[in-house]
Amino acid sequence: MLTNFMAWIDERLPVTEAWNKHVAQYPAPKNFNFWYLFGSLAMLVLVNQIITGIWLTMSYEPSGDGAFASIEYIMRDVDYGWLLRYMHSTGASAFFVVVYLHMVRGLMYGSYQKPRELLWIFGMLIFLVLMAEAFMGYLLPWGNMSYWGAQVIISLFGTIPIIGDDLTLWIRGDYVISGATLNRFFALHVIALPLVLVILVFLHILALHEVGSNNPEGTEIKKKKGTVPVEEQSKFTFHKQYTEKYDIVDAIPFHPYYSVKDILGVAGFLIIFCWVMFFAPDGGGYFIEAPNFEPANSLKTPEHIVPVWYFGPFFTFVRIVPDPLFGTMAMFGAIIVLFLLPWFDRGVVKSVRYRSKWHLINLIQFSICFIVLGVLGTMPATPLANNIGTIAAFGYFGFFVALWVYSKNEKCKPVPERISN
Amino acid sequence: MKNLIKVLTFGIMAFLSTLALAAGPSISLDKANNDLTDKESLKNGFKTYINYCLGCHQLQYQRYNRTFTDLGIEEADGIENYMYTGEKPGDHITNTMPEKQAAAWFGTAPPDLTLEARLRSPDWIYTYMRSFYMDSKRPFGVNNTVFKDVGMPHVLQDLQGVSSIDEHGNVTPAMGGSLTTEEYDILIRDLTNFLEYVGEPSKLERESMGVKVLIFLFVFFILAYFLKREYWKDIH
Repeated sequence: MLTNFMAWIDERLPVTEAWNKHVAQYPAPKNFNFWYLFGSLAMLVLVNQIITGIWLTMSYEPSGDGAFASIEYIMRDVDYGWLLRYMHSTGASAFFVVVYLHMVRGLMYGSYQKPRELLWIFGMLIFLVLMAEAFMGYLLPWGNMSYWGAQVIISLFGTIPIIGDDLTLWIRGDYVISGATLNRFFALHVIALPLVLVILVFLHILALHEVGSNNPEGTEIKKKKGTVPVEEQSKFTFHKQYTEKYDIVDAIPFHPYYSVKDILGVAGFLIIFCWVMFFAPDGGGYFIEAPNFEPANSLKTPEHIVPVWYFGPFFTFVRIVPDPLFGTMAMFGAIIVLFLLPWFDRGVVKSVRYRSKWHLINLIQFSICFIVLGVLGTMPATPLANNIGTIAAFGYFGFFVALWVYSKNEKCKPVPERISN
Repeated sequence: MKNLIKVLTFGIMAFLSTLALAAGPSISLDKANNDLTDKESLKNGFKTYINYCLGCHQLQYQRYNRTFTDLGIEEADGIENYMYTGEKPGDHITNTMPEKQAAAWFGTAPPDLTLEARLRSPDWIYTYMRSFYMDSKRPFGVNNTVFKDVGMPHVLQDLQGVSSIDEHGNVTPAMGGSLTTEEYDILIRDLTNFLEYVGEPSKLERESMGVKVLIFLFVFFILAYFLKREYWKDIH
């Protein structure tokens, strides 16, 4: 019965084919570690954001007069509205946590290197859209930090010469941030950007499955056809798209092996996520900032205007440069260099395990600088903080320069042909 | 990898301690030590709020009947003892103070306090309400050590009395009130408790649900672990 039904479907739409190609017979390296959980966790959080977002939209009122009250309506009068809201607000922060860790993984194991440049660029586009999505979503509660945070970020665009003022006017749709701004941000937040995000995630996965997954060793599991004796090839059945062109070694099907492993990862993630969501939903004032419990007020500035933590690293770039235009350029530059990473790295060895000591040190200093920039971005600007921030900013950009220099003739350890047990 | 994590952790700790030293002083707040499960305390706080605060400060996002239910007050009792101006039980807890005139009277319109405990913290409210002192330079003759030059008069002066501060900043305890210091502190603790409740009425439900969800997730994690191990037997 079910077989007949699936046959009927498959004649009309290649469901079984797609399932096998991308899930049940997709060859994944057998040595994925902890760091490889964050891709699927990011998908989980995306689904969480979309579903809770739809339900929040049902009770949210996108207007300057009604937005703040409607959030409290959701928190008090809507059945389990508080749960939906906290799932969504905690989910926003969780999204950045998993995405940042996902990117660290890519850096460590060289997952951005040839032939995965486009995969990395799709990932970076996702990150960029995610930042826009989060920024616009943060205005919607119409709290005072929403208002002033948006004010600061939008004013960055005003630093651009000649077109700056007109550009900020165009973004806001008004001379100040107003109900008009709120409404357009709502439209972009609930439909335009999520749509782009989902399409980009789809392309990201499609590009991944085209080139195949990297792994902690940085070796390829696809060998040239006919070069590997049959008894040394992976004993599992893989989709013909992969086996027609290559001999597959050291691989296992994504499903069921990595699906059960990801379920374990999901369970672990949810324990931490729910711990925060149920017992500290404002994340110690970092996920929901205290001034946001006061409605937007154009006459009353919060004591310290700081963006949400996940913008911290990039916000610090603006603050440490005295000139606003150059500060804004530094901020966008910090994102642009990430896009260009595959071309800054001229090395052929992928994984940090087999690269030089310099590379390890460079990665560590980069991670520290990024975290330092992030912490500084959530704190009031003081001369000391700005000095530390300047050093960290040099470390951040220095990572790319140094990488470009040493990767040309880097002394690497020999990379094993095969993944050992 | 372990080394990487070690180095990272050390670097961050060192960095954070530097910043902590650089941070400036802030007002020290007394601990409210209020208890959201104490219904009697919440009822007292509600009563105090209705009698002394609501005239100026609305709770415009909170409804009377929700408060009755959560605090264990019978609706008839609630209408009789907590609602004075003819609202319906489903109404929000509001007042009729005209905002513009209020701004003229106090320098600024008295803010809504539904979310005050989340905006400033319960400890802040508890300390603030116990920190008024005599200051003849202010329009109402009082000032506050927690909120300097606040526009609000000391509404509970009849209960607490009023304290004073000499030029060295030494505080003499409040005198001339109808309550002892301990009684006044309890009154304010109850009021703080009520405001924390109003700030997030679902807080207790959230935490009790959280415990159940986490227990479920721990069991799920263990099952997922064994499922994974079972499947991965083929690989190792």
